[in-house]
Amino acid sequence: MKKLGIGLILVVAVTLLVFSLLYMMPGNPIDIMTDRKVSAEKRAEMVHQYGFDQPLHVQYVRWMKKIILDQDFGQSVRYKVPVWNLMRDRIPRSVKLCGWSLLIEMLLALPLGLLAAIKKDSFYDRFSVNFTLMLTSMPSFWLGALLILIFAVGLKWFPISGFESARNYVLPVAALTAGSLAGTLRLTRAEVLEVLNEKYVTTALAKGLPYERVMFKHVLRNALIMVTVSVFMSLPWLISGAVVTEKIFGIPGMGNLLLNSIVVQDFPVVQAVLLLIAILTVICNLLSDIVIAILDPRIRIAIGGGDK
Amino acid sequence: MSSKSKETLHACLHNVNFMIGFFMLLSVVLVAIFADKLAPSGYTDFVDNAFLSPSQSHWFGTDELGRDVLSRVIYGTRITLKVAILGASLELIIGVVVGLSCGYFGGAIDHVFTFLTDLTWCIPGTILALAVVTLIGKSLTNSVIAIAMVCWASYARPIRAKTMSLKTMAFVETGKAFGESSAALMFRYILPNVIPSLIVMVSTTLPGTILSTTTLSFLGMGSQAPSPDWGLNLSKGMDYIGSAPWLSIFPGIALVYTVLGFSLLGEGIRDILDPHLKSQ
Repeated sequence: MKKLGIGLILVVAVTLLVFSLLYMMPGNPIDIMTDRKVSAEKRAEMVHQYGFDQPLHVQYVRWMKKIILDQDFGQSVRYKVPVWNLMRDRIPRSVKLCGWSLLIEMLLALPLGLLAAIKKDSFYDRFSVNFTLMLTSMPSFWLGALLILIFAVGLKWFPISGFESARNYVLPVAALTAGSLAGTLRLTRAEVLEVLNEKYVTTALAKGLPYERVMFKHVLRNALIMVTVSVFMSLPWLISGAVVTEKIFGIPGMGNLLLNSIVVQDFPVVQAVLLLIAILTVICNLLSDIVIAILDPRIRIAIGGGDK
Repeated sequence: MSSKSKETLHACLHNVNFMIGFFMLLSVVLVAIFADKLAPSGYTDFVDNAFLSPSQSHWFGTDELGRDVLSRVIYGTRITLKVAILGASLELIIGVVVGLSCGYFGGAIDHVFTFLTDLTWCIPGTILALAVVTLIGKSLTNSVIAIAMVCWASYARPIRAKTMSLKTMAFVETGKAFGESSAALMFRYILPNVIPSLIVMVSTTLPGTILSTTTLSFLGMGSQAPSPDWGLNLSKGMDYIGSAPWLSIFPGIALVYTVLGFSLLGEGIRDILDPHLKSQ
């Protein structure tokens, strides 16, 4: 319950932070909506209509009220359609892109990380450690550029950009996965190595349990706790999208929307998207605590014991 | 030379990662220092026709305005090193000021720290950095500041943890018993012992800081034209990736080389100063 309370305060704090950041920004959203020919009176009227002339806290309360009472996230200043409509079209594209990437990343990183830890200091281990270091040193946009160059421009296997068919998603998913794979692989390796040093693993092996069983039942299960937490923490990213990858491959997802909106200062869109992401982050934080409790009996006992 | 520093030097010389990273960065620094001598032309000089592919006269080709790509890549080292120096200084300041005070005082300050950390993590980093840059103005320096403001928690966290464990040690307790002020305890007793952690923190986070700054430049919110910034050049080059791939390939290689150098050096330093992690 205490965590839930902190979570709620966090969401409010995020919205307040976003509000004040946007409030302080130079420029004026009305300039984005209108061209220079529009008269000063008309502008003043629009400022009033959107409520930009009100003090910050009045704007904030009005915004919150609308969301809670009418589920109305406001109108995009730039597209002049409800923000929710913009998000509704874009969320599936980002979920598709980031979801596949997360899935493939896990399917690759977990076994590879486990193998690297078990065969520590072998050629494979050194290779994977250095290769992942190489991957983390590459900016995602350059990796994307290379993939486009090789597979879209050179071999013509995949289209350069677009988002209609499944073939469009192969390269962006590959670029995204390569970027995040390295971190997860290294995390898995480090966690497994730590668990391998634990006394209960030595005990399990000493009492003659089969090696594979110890690896999967004792080692992997305990090593996966931190990895699971990191997966849960990255879930909000499914919605927030991948800003850079979406830009390179021209996928109009949430990352792209957020990027464009912040550049042209489309306040209502930025506010709504960030509110959504903040709520998701808080929920995923709570969920990851629950998952840790399920996976780790020690914590389960501590929570059940009621001293927290 | 004391035996302790001799030992460290020995460890450095025998750490493969450290040595490879060191020589990679040394080459980058040398290129940056002698950029005037090495570059065939200035980075804003229009030397030839636009979009010439790599050849004898222009090893890396020419860009969309007919500038020599090789010269621009060479001058770009200066920008990246400026980012590295600026980034490392900001990381140090944040690490010392925030990490040390949160770890030392604990209590309310520490609660605020935890809350602000959670708050920053609720907003996607790139977007928060973009918002900060829009607020303080687009420039290279401001983009480094924005990245520091987004990642501040990861700079402060290890220092905070180290300070917390040092605070309970006997020598600090003794100092307290002798009536040393908080400031003296923090800066004369604890800080010298935190320095290894500070070095490890800076050397492991710096590659990420450089990459993030380049990402901001790539998104058009960092260095502005005609700067030879690698991220900016890459983003221009993306428009011509089908017809003139050399515009984006060469700045990219230079960037990966430099960041890899920093990463290897960082891994090496961590292994040398933090033997616990190496044993894993």
